[in-house]
Amino acid sequence: MMRALRVVRAQLRASIAIALQYRLEFAVEGGLALLWVGVTLFPLIVVFGNRPEVAGWTFPEMLVVLGWFVALKGVLEGTLSPSLMQVVEHVRKGTLDFVLLKPADAQLLVSLSKIEPWRLIDLAAAGAIFAIAFRRIGHSPGAPEVLLAAVLLCAATLVLYSIAILVVSVAFVAVRVDNLLYLFQSIFDVARWPSTIFRGLLSVLFTFVLPLALMTTYPALALLGKLTIGTAAGALLGTLLFAAVARAIWLASIRRYTSASS
Amino acid sequence: MTRLLRLYPQLLRTGFAEAVAYRAEFLIWMFSTNMPLVMLAIWAAAARSGPVGAYTQQGFAAYYLAALLVRLMTGAWVVWEMTMEIRQGTLALRLLRPLHPLVQWSADNIAAIPMRGIVAMPVIAILLYVARAELAHDWFSWLLLCPALLGAWLLYFLVQAIIGTMALRFESAASLFDAWLGFSNVLSGYLVPLDLFPGAIRRLALVLPFRFQLSFPVELMLGRWSRTEALELLAAQWAYLLLFMLATRVAWRSGLRHYAAYGG
Repeated sequence: MMRALRVVRAQLRASIAIALQYRLEFAVEGGLALLWVGVTLFPLIVVFGNRPEVAGWTFPEMLVVLGWFVALKGVLEGTLSPSLMQVVEHVRKGTLDFVLLKPADAQLLVSLSKIEPWRLIDLAAAGAIFAIAFRRIGHSPGAPEVLLAAVLLCAATLVLYSIAILVVSVAFVAVRVDNLLYLFQSIFDVARWPSTIFRGLLSVLFTFVLPLALMTTYPALALLGKLTIGTAAGALLGTLLFAAVARAIWLASIRRYTSASS
Repeated sequence: MTRLLRLYPQLLRTGFAEAVAYRAEFLIWMFSTNMPLVMLAIWAAAARSGPVGAYTQQGFAAYYLAALLVRLMTGAWVVWEMTMEIRQGTLALRLLRPLHPLVQWSADNIAAIPMRGIVAMPVIAILLYVARAELAHDWFSWLLLCPALLGAWLLYFLVQAIIGTMALRFESAASLFDAWLGFSNVLSGYLVPLDLFPGAIRRLALVLPFRFQLSFPVELMLGRWSRTEALELLAAQWAYLLLFMLATRVAWRSGLRHYAAYGG
């Protein structure tokens, strides 16, 4: 366990050091991240310019969901996607051999291999969005709510990570579909809305099959003090199950991997 | 010119074969275009209690499905191809050919349209089924849709070409395009219909070229404009196109002077 943590720390340090070499890129991409947060906010502002509430959600409540979405999108596009895109590249070129030969868990090694630190701006923007939302609501969340939300945020990140691992596992079987990760990124865009605006089949799909509700809606409800303990426990259980399945599939795919070279 | 006319069909054939060869990746790219549906979700929920502006639930469905259709049919990706070729130095090979690289790239992008059409088929079917009543009744609108769609694609292509040539001068041209995409998503009506914009931003969006890339063809499909208005807008679209063509020409020529191929 300690060894795993040391590997993670070394990985993080190396990938941040690589990214920080490009200082102009840092500034440019940081500015772009801010622009895209604005683009994400715009439709919501127009919607609530016309309606006081949508599907039982008021503007500040919806902002809280959007805040989680912006934060998680930053995590997804700032660390998970770039790192795991490299795995697909490794598989294609046959250089995954070198990763597998290293005396550490391969999943650990690939998961944080590339980081775009300017996406930290997304986390800052999420913080600002929360601040605005709770100023409008009129009171800030209490300590237990923040704690529960923090736990659920960890769960959300774990689910996001598991899905990304699942998607990459497909790359071992079908190398040609290396843009599957982009498809997932675009589906993740749905998570900007609370899952209760969907009805019928879609709402089941986004809660249980592709648990987008778990990623943004539940943490938001927790922060707003509206999440029941039962739902929270169910969500945590579901997360662990999801992560275990993803890990099992990753191990099975690694076993199937035959090098592309020689 | 006649040489070009003789060459172009052959270029289209090769481009089509390429699109077919990469069909799995191609399909996934197409399916990643889902933003109009994401936006439809929130507006459909908002319109449950009654119409928003001029839009009922069905009206929103018609708008966003039409927007999805326009986006699927007018895709271009030349900016990524250009930045990659410039960085890797393979542009030098293209420059040696007796054919303008932009002509070749435009053929590649156009040749993908049949494949795009296949993906767009279900969208058309759903549009016709769900929101038939919202579509334009006047055949004239549909007639103008052809040049409007061509114009929308050309606009997208030319902007990418202009930004792509900037990669000849500095490195972060792809980021510049990303910024342009951010503004275009808002101001072209891709995320929110222009007539729901708050006053000042709407007035801005109506004079900028972004609307001609998406909003204008969508409005033609929904029959928003009278015949004279539609003709005027089409003229404005092609006026912008002329401007962009000139800009592309200037940017390409002056960019090439800066270009030094990486050899080795």
